[in-house]
Order: sequence, then structure tokens, then C-alpha cells
Amino acid sequence: MAKITYLHPNGTATVVDVQAPNTVMRGAKLNNIDGIEAQCGGSAQCGTCHVYVDEQSTVPLPPMDSVEDDVLYGTACPRRESSRLSCQLPVTEELDGLVVHLPEAQS
Amino acid sequence: MAARGVVVIGAGQGGLDTVATLRAKGYGGPVTLVGEEPVLPYQRPPLSKGFLTGATGHDELTLRTESFFAAQDIAVVRGDRAERIELDVQRVRLASGGTLRYDKLVLATGSRPRTLPVPGMDLSGVLTLRSLADAEALRGLLSGPPRQVVVLGAGFVGLETAATARGLGHDVTVVEAQRRVLARALTPQMSDWLAGRHRRQGVGLLLGAEVTALHGTPAGEVAAVQLLDGRRLPADLVIVGVGALPETRLATEAGLLVGDGVIVDQWLRTDDRSVYAIGDCARFPSAAHGRHIRLESVQNASDQARCVAAAICGESAPYTAVPWFWSEQYALRLQMAGLTAGHDETVTVGDPDGARFSVLCFRQGRLTGAESVGRPADHAIARRLLSSGTGPSPAEARTPGFDLKSFVIKPSSPAPAHA
Ligand SMILES: Cc1cc2nc3c(=O)[nH]c(=O)nc-3n(C[C@H](O)[C@H](O)[C@H](O)COP(=O)(O)OP(=O)(O)OC[C@H]3O[C@@H](n4cnc5c(N)ncnc54)[C@H](O)[C@@H]3O)c2cc1C
Ligand code: FES
Repeated sequence: MAKITYLHPNGTATVVDVQAPNTVMRGAKLNNIDGIEAQCGGSAQCGTCHVYVDEQSTVPLPPMDSVEDDVLYGTACPRRESSRLSCQLPVTEELDGLVVHLPEAQS
Repeated sequence: MAARGVVVIGAGQGGLDTVATLRAKGYGGPVTLVGEEPVLPYQRPPLSKGFLTGATGHDELTLRTESFFAAQDIAVVRGDRAERIELDVQRVRLASGGTLRYDKLVLATGSRPRTLPVPGMDLSGVLTLRSLADAEALRGLLSGPPRQVVVLGAGFVGLETAATARGLGHDVTVVEAQRRVLARALTPQMSDWLAGRHRRQGVGLLLGAEVTALHGTPAGEVAAVQLLDGRRLPADLVIVGVGALPETRLATEAGLLVGDGVIVDQWLRTDDRSVYAIGDCARFPSAAHGRHIRLESVQNASDQARCVAAAICGESAPYTAVPWFWSEQYALRLQMAGLTAGHDETVTVGDPDGARFSVLCFRQGRLTGAESVGRPADHAIARRLLSSGTGPSPAEARTPGFDLKSFVIKPSSPAPAHA
């Protein structure tokens, strides 16, 4: 289980405990957090689960594979160095304390 | 007058996204979601893919938890059908006998599998695939020893199911009346490439073949598929994937304008101003196509749901989203964006032999659509270019070494403003 913070564009934060084998995307869905659409349900097709990992975050994340990198070319809000697809971030103990910013729009 | 609120008929992708968006936008009136299926709204795409193999579990199909509906004050009526719409008094009658009054009604009833008008369709072992219940039945049959599977129809659901069944070790033949697979959805280049891929996986592909009957055993189980040319294909499992029909009975009986889908305007309103229709069941005017079309995709259901929810909240805007679709067959990622029909020129970029390429479609020199296999960046970028109305010219796309990535700005570093 990991504590994950979702920061909304209006500055409010939602902190939830997410269990493996969920992803950071699924954690948002299960906890009714708005701002992640996830149209493709987590199969790295749609780019509507885009998040910005907090720049201060020191939580170790799995490296990005080429599919994720490619899908991130299509996000509604600009891609940044900190951009990830939240459906490609599986929750592990290591992710405890992760902070992600939700973009203004997903599609 | 007390608000009667919004009633949404159909608790699938579009219905769920409508009610969720209404609340996310701050809609304060009563919201009711009516679904005939006994389960909470779930996603259908995995039903022909990971769910059949067991890779995707029940939990991952569910789109929202029970607590979501409670927390958002959304009433969910499950396992009950909307039987009749009374437009004059703005009321819905349910099969259970209940009634629901509405200020705004949204039809999100989806579609149902088409059947073939041939004898033997009612034999046991003949299945269609639309709902979770259908997928559970099919998964049960595919998890056993190898079978002789015949898939009728080379559309997306048919081909995905064929690929999945083949991957599980079954003997699979696909029968298609058209001369190409996915003839209406794909360019000839992509269609031929995909057909070759299925054949290489060992799937029998009979194109231009017409089914005239299904034969059964004395016990009423399917035994063979009869073709017009006399061939008889042994089969102990037949999957019928010959397309879907919009679920329009309610709308027709209510007297709404219907014609292969509930007819809506560019704001997704039916000819009754209190009633909207979205998703698989709706026929809407597409600016890009220049006519009314119906689309069966998650993107369309989802984006139309958001458009209608915004309209109900007073932010009316016409529906103009760029259509896109994905399919998974074997380990292939097939993605489509925009309009691939009606092109007058195509340019293939990438490496078809290595299963990494895109077919870019142009009309009068403008990019109108893109089909990609194993090139998710092309798809992602094409979607953005199509929504902004820009893109390469055919000549640019043909330049050696051309890459759509040259059309995007490199990722930048600054953290979001609200950090
Ligand atoms: C096997 C399969 C695979 C697919 N794969 C993909 C894919 O890879 N990518 C993609 O983009 N799309 C895919 N699709 C299509 C996608 O799932 C649909 O386009 C989408 O679900 C449409 O959403 P909808 O809300 O219009 O209808 P649905 O999600 O079908 O929901 C309609 C609901 O309304 C209910 N209903 C109907 N009439 C009534 C009534 N009178 N009263 C109460 N309830 C009623 C139905 O039971 C159903 O639950 C797939 C579909 C199937 C079946
Ligand atoms: S949910 Fe579609 S890319 Fe993550």
C-alpha cells in the first residue's frame, strides 16, 4: 500500500491509500478523484490519464517505456519532463509518498 | 417548480460519463442512471481481449465503485429496463412498474449485435459478444480444450475474438462476406496487411464468403457452418460478429426521429428539446464527414457524454471531437484517428514488415486521418494535428526520413503553475 497525493489544478489536494496491484490511474478512479479520464482503461492507448509528477518528488518511479513515451505526444495539456501516464505507474510500497499534479484537461 | 433533474437511460460508457460529468460540473439537481444489466457500469473493450484470456479481471472492468454513486448522490437503477418514454409529460416508465420524471433525458442505450438471417442461429454454441454476461459465457468455452471455432464477420469484435481464441490455442476460421477484412473501417493497405497477419498466425480467413446456414447435431449443438459455395466448415463454437444495430426501440416508440440511430443535431439534441442521445445509439452530423454518422467507440460515447453534460449545465457547444479508436489483436496495437474513408491519397510511413507503420490519409492535400500499427506516437500526434486542422502535406510526408514527431514541440521543463 502507498499513500498518493493528487493535486488538482485549483490547488486542492486529495491524499489516498492505494493498494497493489492497482496503478496510480486506478487509484484515482477507485477514490473518485476527478481529472483522470482514462478512456482506454489503462492500456496505454489514449493519453487521458496524464499526470505531472511533482518536481520535488524523490519517489523512485519505473522507467518510461517507448509506448508510454509515444502516447505522451498526444496529451491535451502540454507534455513536460515530469509527464507520465498514470496507468503505467503500478503501485508498490516504493511509491509511498508520491505526489502527482492533475492537468487542466485530459481530452 | 421542483427540479425533476436528469434521467439517463443506459448505464454503459456514455451513461456513466454523463452522470459523472454532471456532478463534476456542479449540477445540483437529481440524477438517475437506469441500466438493465445487473452490474455497475463497466468497460466493454477488454471483453474481446484481456477478459477472455483472464488477463483482465472483473475488478478492472468496473468503471466506478459503489461508493462513487453514493458520494455523488447519483441514483443508480440496476437490473431494470426503461420500457416507455412519455415525452408529453417528461416521464420514463420502467419494466418494474416504477416511473421517473425528468427535466432532461439522455438516451445512452448503446447497440446490440446484429444476427444473420440464416437457419441455425439458435443452436447451442452460437454466441454473440456485447455484454459481460456474453463474455463470461465465451470465456468459459474458450478456457477448455481446443475447439473448432468459426467467427462470422471480420469486424473489430470478430477479429479481436479470433486473435484471442487463436492465442488460446483454438483452431480458428473467420468468414467474411466482403472481400477485405474491416472493409468499411480501414484503408485497403491496412486491411490487407492485417489479413496477412491473421493468416500468419494460423487463422483461416475466408473472404467474399457467404454463410447460408448453421448445421447442428441432433442434440441441438452447432456442428458446421454452411457456405453458399458448398463448403461446409466443421465448428463446435460459432461467434457471430457481424456488426451492431443501434438500440433505438424506446426512441422509435416515443415518436422521436430515428433512422439507423436516434437522429440528433450538432448539440446532440433529438427533435424533442428535452431529450439528448449519445454514443452507439446516436446518429449525429459530423462536420468532417459532411453527413450524419454513427460511431461505435469509447471515445465517441465518452466525449458525447461530456458534451451533453456541459449543455445541461448551460455551457452549450456543438460536438466536434476528432474520432479515434483502438484495437488489440495478437500483440498488435492498431490505432485509428480522424477520417480514413473518403481520402484521395495515402502515404505509408514506417516499416510494415516490422509491424511499425502508419497509413496517413489525405483529401485534397489535407491530412484527414491516420491508421497506425505499433506507432503510438504517430497516432497521438495525428489526433492533435487533426483537432487543430494542421498537418503535413502528402509531399512532406513522402520525404525520406519524414517523422510526424517533427510537428511537435519538445517537452519543456517548468512544473505546472499550481505546484
Ligand atoms: C466486445 C467489444 C469490444 C470493443 N472494443 C472497443 C475498443 O477496443 N475500442 C473502442 O473504442 N470501443 C470498443 N468497443 C465499443 C465500445 O464499447 C462502445 O462503443 C461503447 O461502449 C458505447 O457506449 P454506449 O454508452 O453508447 O453504450 P454501452 O456501453 O453499450 O451501454 C449501453 C447500456 O444501455 C443499456 N440499455 C439499453 N437499453 C436499455 C433500456 N431500455 N433500459 C435500461 N438500460 C438499457 C445496455 O444494457 C447497456 O448496458 C467494443 C465493444 C464491444 C462489445
Ligand atoms: S488510461 Fe489510456 S493511456 Fe492511460
